[in-house]
Amino acid sequence: MNANLVIVLFDGFAFGMLLFVLSVGLSVTLGLMNFINLAHGAFGMLGGYVAVTAMRQLGFPFLLALPTAFLAAALVSVVFERTLFRRLYRAGELNQVLFTIGLVFVSAAAATYVFGTGQQPIVLPDWLRGSVVVGELRFGVYRIFLIAMALAITALLVFGLERTRLGARIRAAVDNQRVAQGLGINVDRIFAVTFALGSGLAGLGGALAVEIVGLDPSFGFHYLVYVLIVVAVGGLGSVTGSFVGAALLGIGDVAGKYFVPEIGSFLIYLMLVAILLVRPLGLFGKR
Amino acid sequence: MSNTTTTAIDPAAWIRRQSRWSALEVAFWLAALLPFYFFPTYLMLASQIAVAALFAISVDLILGYAGIVTLGHAMFFGIGAYTAGLLSAKAGWGEPISGLLIAGAMAGAVGFVVSFLIVRVQHLALIMVTLGLGLLTYELANAMSWLTGGTDGLRGIDIWPIFGLFRFDLWGYTAYSYTLAVLFLGFLAARRIVNSSFGLALRGIRENVRRMPAIGSPYRRHLQAIYTISAAIAGLAGGLLTQTTNTVALESLSFQRSADVVVMLILGGTGRLYGAVLGALVFLLVRDRLSGVNPQYWYFWIGLMLMVVVLFMPKGILGGLTRLAGRTKG
Repeated sequence: MNANLVIVLFDGFAFGMLLFVLSVGLSVTLGLMNFINLAHGAFGMLGGYVAVTAMRQLGFPFLLALPTAFLAAALVSVVFERTLFRRLYRAGELNQVLFTIGLVFVSAAAATYVFGTGQQPIVLPDWLRGSVVVGELRFGVYRIFLIAMALAITALLVFGLERTRLGARIRAAVDNQRVAQGLGINVDRIFAVTFALGSGLAGLGGALAVEIVGLDPSFGFHYLVYVLIVVAVGGLGSVTGSFVGAALLGIGDVAGKYFVPEIGSFLIYLMLVAILLVRPLGLFGKR
Repeated sequence: MSNTTTTAIDPAAWIRRQSRWSALEVAFWLAALLPFYFFPTYLMLASQIAVAALFAISVDLILGYAGIVTLGHAMFFGIGAYTAGLLSAKAGWGEPISGLLIAGAMAGAVGFVVSFLIVRVQHLALIMVTLGLGLLTYELANAMSWLTGGTDGLRGIDIWPIFGLFRFDLWGYTAYSYTLAVLFLGFLAARRIVNSSFGLALRGIRENVRRMPAIGSPYRRHLQAIYTISAAIAGLAGGLLTQTTNTVALESLSFQRSADVVVMLILGGTGRLYGAVLGALVFLLVRDRLSGVNPQYWYFWIGLMLMVVVLFMPKGILGGLTRLAGRTKG
């Protein structure tokens, strides 16, 4: 029983880290421009398909497929941002929600058209397969890799936001866009860069997710709910918040499905509603 | 005492003028009778459209008029559907009209409780709370499969003839007459609401929440009232679907249904009631056509329509038509 608990916590934390990589970009862009981008999960899906295709068709090794997924998602997203999304920054949340949900629908249909509705398998290199045995506990190597990746990304993000010039500009723009603009910061460009980075991370998350949750055209839709929960619970524009929110959700989800499979999802949604009613801005939200 | 009010428009007269029936409206409702004569094989589809239109009207009341963005309204639709279904399947009461009223009342009661939560949050948190509550209800119904039948759906529903006279027939004559009548009554109620001082107060909330308390309007109570009414109407729509199809699927509570109804409303145009009806009509007709060709890609067209409507027709099809009409009139 104790061993089970440890494994559930471990698997849950690994799943949470995956959700963190998928959603942290949305948290930052939402905090920056108040643009509710429900297509964030679709960029994750794009990353997944790019990674799978790159490995299968072009023979890329897994470690090269990951940055490829990141770049592809970042590039595509910045094209969308510059041409379409930016028209909607002042259009009200309903229009943003609808437009980006429309994009999710279209992307799901496009993925079906190109890849079919089936699950896309990914072949991991040998060193990522199997598990590490400690006493009677078995920890999946891939999950350890996932946690290490997520922690490295967190460290990079925190360092980047706290210590670099770009990070300072982003924080300034999140805190007060108008004053930041007044100080000569090009908020428009900051946002394009942040958007690309955030969507790139989603793409990377999508590529990492294939092994854990599989990949099919409903990915963008299915994980949208998880991503939104992480963002809403964590609070907008907060990397720490997303980290805590994702870890909570991942552990809660895996533990719920393991110990009380009947009502596991029910408890997750209950927690979501309860947290938002007590703290409408999320656990770490400032405004 | 100043006399300035005499020069302004008398508000009561303004509301009366707004609520006058135009010839176009009369023609529209007469056209709703056409399927009986011209498309008798499509009466079941027509009945589904009437149900969807009533549901879309309920969402228009809160989204289009009061500005509450919801992604979980299927919750009330499903509660109505299951109430009407359980009344017949478990309690053995198949009388349609009382069953429908009970379904509406049940959804309204839940809506009243939920409205206390809804008025506490705004923006993203509001969207997430409605979404969360919708998903929660779905999971609850799924977990209580002993009562709801779970993923198999609720079976064994037997609805008695309306007034003891009109049996629900295979072709849908009764079904469409019944749903159209309820849709019309629901529409009349919604029309009365939006053309009242209460309806104006709602529009005020939509335009500027902060200013309403400043002019002495209790906006929280107004929001709660319209949310409860909207939930009850959604429950009626759900009850209608159960009674005309004799089955309740878990799908009636799904996120898909919540999203679809918002899509219908946006396609038609928000904040104008007829937009809801028109949106439901277009959505279901196009789906009926396209899903016959290749169901996989149906959502491609819906997604594309949504994006085009948001970018180029912010007020929906009806808003676009109104603008065109205004242009030709000069």
